Amino acid sequence: MKGEIYRVAGPVVTIMGIKPKMYDVVHVGHEGLMGEVIRIEGDKATVQVYEDTSGIKPGEPVVNTGMSLSVELGPGLLESIYDGIQRPLKVLQEKMGDFIDRGVTANGLDRERVWEFKPTVSSGDSVTGGQTIGVVQETENVEHKIMMPPTVSGTVEEIKSGKFKVDETVCVLTDGTEVSMMQKWPVRMPRPVEKKFIPRKPLITGQRILDGLFPVAKGGTAAIPGPFGSGKTVTQQQLAKWSDTDIVVYIGCGERGNEMADVLNEFPELQDPKTGRPLMERTVLIANTSNMPVAAREASVYTGITIAEYYRDMGYDVSLMADSSSRWAEAMREISSRLEEMPGEEGYPAYLSARLSEFYERAGAVKSLAAEEGSITVIGAVSPPGGDFSEPVTQNTLRIVKVFWALDAKLAQRRHFPSIDWLTSYSLYTQGLSDWFAENVAPDWVPLRDHAMDLLQQESELQEIVQLVGSDALPEDQQLVLEICRMLREYFLQQNAFHPVDTYCPFDKQYKLLKAISKYSDMAQASLEAGIPMKDILSIESKDELAKVKFEENFDDALNVVMEKMDKEFAALGGN
Amino acid sequence: MTKEYKTITEISGPLMFLEKTEPVGYGELVHINLPDGTTKRGQVLDTSADVVAVQVFEGTGGLNEESGVVFSGETIKLPVSKDMLGRILSGSGEPLDGGPRIVPEDRVDVNGASMNPYSRMPPEDFIQTGISTIDGTNTLVRGQKLPIFSGSGLPHNEIALQIARQAKVPGSEEPFAVVFAAMGITNEEAQYFMEDFEKTGALERAVVFLNLADDPAVERIITPRMALTAAEYLAYEHDMHVLVILTDITNYCEALRQMGAAREEVPGRRGYPGYMYTDLASLYERAGVIKGRKGSVTQFSILTMPGDDITHPIPDLSGYITEGQIVVSRELHMKGIYPPINVLPSLSRLMNSGIGDGKTRDDHKAVSDQMYAGYAEGRDLRGLVAIVGKEALSDRDQKILEFADLFEDRFVRQGRDEDRSIEDTLQVGWDILSELPEALLTRIDNKYIDKYHPAHKSN
Ligand SMILES: Nc1ncnc2c1ncn2[C@@H]1O[C@H](COP(=O)(O)OP(=O)(O)O)[C@@H](O)[C@H]1O
Ligand SMILES: [Mg+2]
Repeated sequence: MKGEIYRVAGPVVTIMGIKPKMYDVVHVGHEGLMGEVIRIEGDKATVQVYEDTSGIKPGEPVVNTGMSLSVELGPGLLESIYDGIQRPLKVLQEKMGDFIDRGVTANGLDRERVWEFKPTVSSGDSVTGGQTIGVVQETENVEHKIMMPPTVSGTVEEIKSGKFKVDETVCVLTDGTEVSMMQKWPVRMPRPVEKKFIPRKPLITGQRILDGLFPVAKGGTAAIPGPFGSGKTVTQQQLAKWSDTDIVVYIGCGERGNEMADVLNEFPELQDPKTGRPLMERTVLIANTSNMPVAAREASVYTGITIAEYYRDMGYDVSLMADSSSRWAEAMREISSRLEEMPGEEGYPAYLSARLSEFYERAGAVKSLAAEEGSITVIGAVSPPGGDFSEPVTQNTLRIVKVFWALDAKLAQRRHFPSIDWLTSYSLYTQGLSDWFAENVAPDWVPLRDHAMDLLQQESELQEIVQLVGSDALPEDQQLVLEICRMLREYFLQQNAFHPVDTYCPFDKQYKLLKAISKYSDMAQASLEAGIPMKDILSIESKDELAKVKFEENFDDALNVVMEKMDKEFAALGGN
Repeated sequence: MTKEYKTITEISGPLMFLEKTEPVGYGELVHINLPDGTTKRGQVLDTSADVVAVQVFEGTGGLNEESGVVFSGETIKLPVSKDMLGRILSGSGEPLDGGPRIVPEDRVDVNGASMNPYSRMPPEDFIQTGISTIDGTNTLVRGQKLPIFSGSGLPHNEIALQIARQAKVPGSEEPFAVVFAAMGITNEEAQYFMEDFEKTGALERAVVFLNLADDPAVERIITPRMALTAAEYLAYEHDMHVLVILTDITNYCEALRQMGAAREEVPGRRGYPGYMYTDLASLYERAGVIKGRKGSVTQFSILTMPGDDITHPIPDLSGYITEGQIVVSRELHMKGIYPPINVLPSLSRLMNSGIGDGKTRDDHKAVSDQMYAGYAEGRDLRGLVAIVGKEALSDRDQKILEFADLFEDRFVRQGRDEDRSIEDTLQVGWDILSELPEALLTRIDNKYIDKYHPAHKSN
């Protein structure tokens, strides 16, 4: 059925003459710009258009595809970089050069590439929705499971083996249904699962303050709000690089083009700490930067999470970074205001909170229809205006997520990175993961960590007194607390993402560092009790040398040297 | 050929509404013929079969129902040519210098399509500005967008001009140009820039767009787009390295707010339109380097923070888009320090890719980090000293307090014509750091201490 354009106002186009369903994808204008129906009113419908609408006129034709906005799922997603509606940016560049033109369509999956399909079912087997019917080696370390579309089941009539393109039939059911390696899924609808679990394993990130103080579980949700320049993007990129996850979906939603270019440049060069393979081989990038159309920005997070769900269904641990969820919320606001909807708080639509929770609800540890255990960990950056956390996006997000990494501009200004405020951040997984830490890190990890947190709390109270009377006026044991906390902050919490060694810190090293600080603390305490002057305890050289061991290529040796010296120095003082 | 309509039904603020037109394209350029023979230009903001809304760039003064309206059938285009270099144009691209019209080599849509992130080359060529607080601690690279966040009455213009004069990529002789766009600044300020350009010969390599304080505010909405279109053309078609100076972004945002109000939109924070982030991004993101092309577009814009408030929506949204910011401080200015750049809230996000061995020097990052840490702590201690007195500080703290003073006095402060090489800058850094006990230099690898610390290095 053909309709025509009635009105054009920026990314919002009103059409008439056809009767679409909500969320149908339509092509508007002579150039066939892609859009999605977001409101139906009488004989008119409103469409958010994913491409620039300059020059488009009333009266131009409109064609309805009758389909909802969907992504293509199948081998070839990994190592791709897509725009918000899953058009491969590489293909767009080939078709239209360095600047993004419009009216160009591009398939999410390459139709020419051939994959080796190995069946895992035989003819006569009965198969249900979501069940695995074969595998493809997608990258060196990722075996891509070819699953039945969730809504299709039956008995296998014929199953093939060998080299196929994604849209070629690899399986035929007795009822004649043909199944290929590619399926489509509407992005706004969560993919079904068998059941959800409570997440019980930590996502190990190699970032000391995250793993150590505020861990997120695999299948959990975390938010990282902060003003500009406080470290949202660097933290998200660190997570994408070093987390012990199988698949990473990284969504650059309304942020900088150069940051995406940076990831594209760097990820093929960096090694996955788990497999030693290039990071890019486990990564899918979605880049809808701030200068790309705002409606496609709105769609980009759905495109990303649907791809994440697909790999989760295969039984993989997936992490999804959305940088920044605020830009997504703003895209919603922009479209909503063009629709002249009744604005809620700060102009955001009243459904902001519902959309946010529906999105984070798609995270989780699950048993999939393919009977595999997989998870999606969602980590959303939040960009509060003026760094004020009381604004609607931050507040609505915090009501949903279980981990809050609060970035602080003051810490960033003094180049304390990651600038995560240890006093206001929290993780609701800490307790639930304690057993895991005791078993897998060290039996005394949890008490060590709790003690460190406790000291840092004390420090903030002591600092208030210092502000009034100066530190010299404090009793010596409290001066010692201040010194230990300085060490905790500088030696343990601070971690330089740009240092080749410090950028990634295995758990074992985290434990040893914390243990070393704790050892100084114990010995200093004992010396103090033995009447040794504070000045001498503070001028222990090995204490200052401890500052730099985290940067050493050969950490264990360097630490041993320092700790032996520390023993000697304390022994020389007498107290120990 | 093109039809003239006399069907204006409403004029309100910078907007006019027309009826009974043939289908008109969204964003189309509109010519308006006034009864007195003058002409104005505008752009279609909303178009339907029933009514068309147009924003009028030169303001709606003098418009009435008798005015004739012609739709050009195309979006706003800038005629571009290499001959634009050395020319002074109005905020909407008309010659102001009495010279001939630009004979176009091409006509380019001023909105500029978005650069495909896949085509971007991560910027990494160090630009030496000769200013220590930039080169040393907030390094600028080619293709970066790094604005100056300043306040009224502060010397941001001097700083911008000093950078325009001194900026160079050490060891490179590639052609470069300056594109300067004034948006709502005073005639006097504009003269100040023009004189400096003329004196230094920069004008020959510059394209100037002037929308002054008494020019229509609506025009300001296209001025930066004209400038960036010219810059992209010179960079990507003529292989030039282009430095774009847009001043003042705040005036641009005020114009946006005015337009939003005229359109009776639901306002966002402090009355600025909800889409201001997206709109500013469509300017700032037009900086960069493209794989396989020789030129680049670097943006060094000026923004005056209303009330010196960095959380005001204009600096706030800008900071979320740009690759850092150079913050000019009233406090340092009052202390008589030039350039009064406060490094603490300043940031260059691309610094890490532009510095280090083979680019600037291997110890650069460590020296910068250490100075930041020392200066930040020293400034905090100043606050403490005001309450408890200097005597209550430990020896360590006293040293750090002194470091903060040294930092301002020797590292930050420099002459208006003092062009420090990066070696000079790092040398000043080491000189002041060496006043601190070595045990406090926790951010610097021992190997750099051995190599560069005045107390260690062999010569
Ligand atoms: N962990 C870190 N280590 C070193 N530098 C960091 C770290 N986190 C942030 N930074 C510095 O802070 C700057 C801003 O960080 P970024 O993540 O881009 O901030 P945001 O996304 O919040 O605006 C970076 O360019 C980098 O210089
Ligand atoms: Mg960021």
